Parts: sequence; C-alpha cells; structure tokens
Amino acid sequence: MLKRSQYIALVLVVLFVLALLSQSDRTVAQLRLAIGGLFLPLFGLARSAQTTSERSLAALTPHSELEKQIEALQKENQELRVDAARSQEIQRENARLREAFALPKIAPWKLTLAQVVGRDPANWWKNVRINRGTRDGLTNNLTIITPQGFLVGRVSEVGYAHSQVVLLGDPACRVSVLVENTREHGIIAPSDNGPIDNTLVDLKYLSANGVLQPGQWVRTSGLSGLYPKGILVGQIVDSRSVDYGLHMEARIKLAAHLNALEEVMVVWP
Amino acid sequence: MNSLNTCLVLTAVWLAVFVECTTAFFRNMTGAQPDLLPSLVVYATLTSGLGLGAVSAVFGGLCIDALSHNPLGISIGPLFVIAIVIERYRGLILRDQTYAQFITGICAGAAAPALTLVLLLNTDHTPLVGWSSLWQWAVVSLVSGLFTPLWFLLFGWIAQRLSYEVLPDPMSQANRQIKRGRN
Repeated sequence: MLKRSQYIALVLVVLFVLALLSQSDRTVAQLRLAIGGLFLPLFGLARSAQTTSERSLAALTPHSELEKQIEALQKENQELRVDAARSQEIQRENARLREAFALPKIAPWKLTLAQVVGRDPANWWKNVRINRGTRDGLTNNLTIITPQGFLVGRVSEVGYAHSQVVLLGDPACRVSVLVENTREHGIIAPSDNGPIDNTLVDLKYLSANGVLQPGQWVRTSGLSGLYPKGILVGQIVDSRSVDYGLHMEARIKLAAHLNALEEVMVVWP
Repeated sequence: MNSLNTCLVLTAVWLAVFVECTTAFFRNMTGAQPDLLPSLVVYATLTSGLGLGAVSAVFGGLCIDALSHNPLGISIGPLFVIAIVIERYRGLILRDQTYAQFITGICAGAAAPALTLVLLLNTDHTPLVGWSSLWQWAVVSLVSGLFTPLWFLLFGWIAQRLSYEVLPDPMSQANRQIKRGRN
C-alpha cells in the first residue's frame, strides 16, 4: 500500500496531466514554446561548437587540398552556369507558350535555407526540428525540400526560433503525387515496413489498370494545395495489386536521404 | 531530498532530453533512439524516494514532449508510474547491486514506451508502429538497463567530489584495546 503523501502526489500528477491534455492548441503551443526555450542555450552552444570545429578543420586543411577544391568548384560552377542559361531559355519558352495558350503563369519559388538542429526523440514520429520560426516568417504547412530539390515534408508546428517538420513516411504527412510517365495519381503513405526504414514509403490508391514499372519517377501533383506541383519525391521500386485487384500499390524509394538531413530549403508559395 | 542530488538529476534530465533530440548516431546505427529518462527516474526514485522521482518524471516528460510531436504531457504519466512502482517496492530492490539496477532499468525502459504508446493510441494521434517497433522496444529497454548502473556510478562519483570527505572515526581502530574489569 502507498502512503497518504504518495496518494496525494499521484492525484496531483494525474490532475496536472489531465489539465495539460485538455488545454487548447494555442495554449499548448505557448507552453511548448516556453519549455522549448529552456533548450535554446544548448542549441546555440551546439551550433557555435559546430561552427568552431568547422573553422578549425578548414584552418587545418592543407593549401594544396584547398586549391584542388577551388578548382573542382570552379568547374562545377561553369557547368551550372551553362545549365542555368539553358533552363532560363526553357523558362522563357515555357512562359511564351503559356501566354499563347492562355494558361495561368507559374510563380517561381522563393527558397530559404534552414538547418536541421534536432530530431524527434520519440521512435514513433518522423519529425525534424529546423532553426527557422515565426521570426523568419514561417507558417504551418510550408513545403520543405532538400538543397537538391527533393521533397522532405512540410512544416507542422512553428515556434519563435525553431519549427517542427513532419517528414515523408510519417502518418501525418500524406502527399498527392503522380507518376511522371503515366500521369497516374496516388497518395504517399507510411511504409508497411514500420518506423525503422526511412528510405521507403508506399504509394497507395493507384488505379487498377495503371502501368507501373520500377525506376519510374514520382513527383508531387499539386492537387492537395499544400505542396507545389512537380517536386521530385522518389522512384518506384515495385508494385502490386491489392484489395482483390481493386487498385494498385507501389513502394517508392525516396530521393531525399532523410537520415542524413543537415540543411533543407523552405519553399514559399 | 538532497538538494545537490536534485540539481544533478534535473540537470541530467535536461541534458538527456537535448542529447536524445540532437544525436542521430545511435538511431542511424540501430534504428532506435534510446530514451534515457526511465533510467534517470529509476535512479532518482531509488536514491531519493518518490519526491525526486516525481519531479524528474514531470520535468523530463514536459521537456521531451515539448521537443517532440507527442501531445504535451503524455510522457509524464508513464514516467510517474515507473517512479511510483519503484517507490512501492523500494524496500525489496537491492539498489546497491549492479544487476538489480540493470534489471530495474530494463523494466523501466520497457514500461515507459509501452505505456506511452497505449496512451497515444487512445488519443487522436496515429503513431508509426510496426513489427520493427519490437526491435526498437528491445533496444530502448536494453540501453535503459545499461544506463541505470552508469547513473549510479556517475552521480556517486560527482557527489563524492562535491561533498565533504568522510573522515574515519579516530576512536574506532582495529587494534584498539578493550580493557575490562573493575579498574
């Protein structure tokens, strides 16, 4: 049997938890912000330690190695300039054709770089924490991509200096996508493999007569209104017929390496 | 509650939550993120009783939920249950023995995620659970078991360094003479 003081402690804690769980979303967000603020010094310390170690490593890198890196970067820069010039020409042509056919104009994306500063400590969520928040103008549901342009997820909670990003493969992150060649529409859902595998997701609700082949690219369809159209999600690994042939499912290998996210881009509509 | 021990445990809880949030090394290696809070609650309750156990459960639960997608406050209940069960059987647990600390840590590490999942499944949240969750559960329990004796060693060492040294009693010597008789 517990002592009287222990019963009192038990009742107090139960009441406290019930009070917390019954708070409104706004109050919970403010409480999260206040408690999360306790960790801001540690996040700042970790950031400055990382910067210092990077600077120290850069200072220790030999001159010849730096020259090699500069040479490689200059070469890459030249290639990217050629690609950019080509894509600008294609964009102009695309704009002319859209005007000719009276199609609505597509606004170019505005991007903001953010750093991944943490991951969800619980094993049953796929979330990361980025160092951008309301002070940078972030709002819920903004799309997050890698610097290479692969879809990562969307902003799910915004704090003052940090925000939570829900990743592809989390139950809270369902994306409407289309298969690049066949224009088949489907929904990206968590993989049946469970929470360990961060490389595969399932593509569900494809039509039963869809032609799916391994290696086909999958992009966002823009139908949900949350994600802009055309962002690369991944490649089909295999497909199967489900529910007695009523529709098809495919496994998608994600283009973004979600286990090794360091920097991401916030896409502004 | 010893104030030094309280400060040490709460600081460790704060740092543990931060480390869990920012360190991906173990998660990338094993596929599971270890939870250090159950082992800290075990240490706090076994050494200082339910008071510190409850404080560390509430503070740790709030911190971990603030940095997670969990509903705020959901982790407090399971950690507090661990504290109260340990307090109930505190007299029976051989808390100075490493194997007892290890086993208690494993049980706490297994109970905390299981109870949190049960609570989560009763809310409108849908946690990502599959067969591989059993592997994660095993890893989390084992790591919790391994960390519990480590907390005893670490906090014992720190307390020894920060407290006054206990001097031997000059009257109690092995070669002391005991004179009996009327004189």
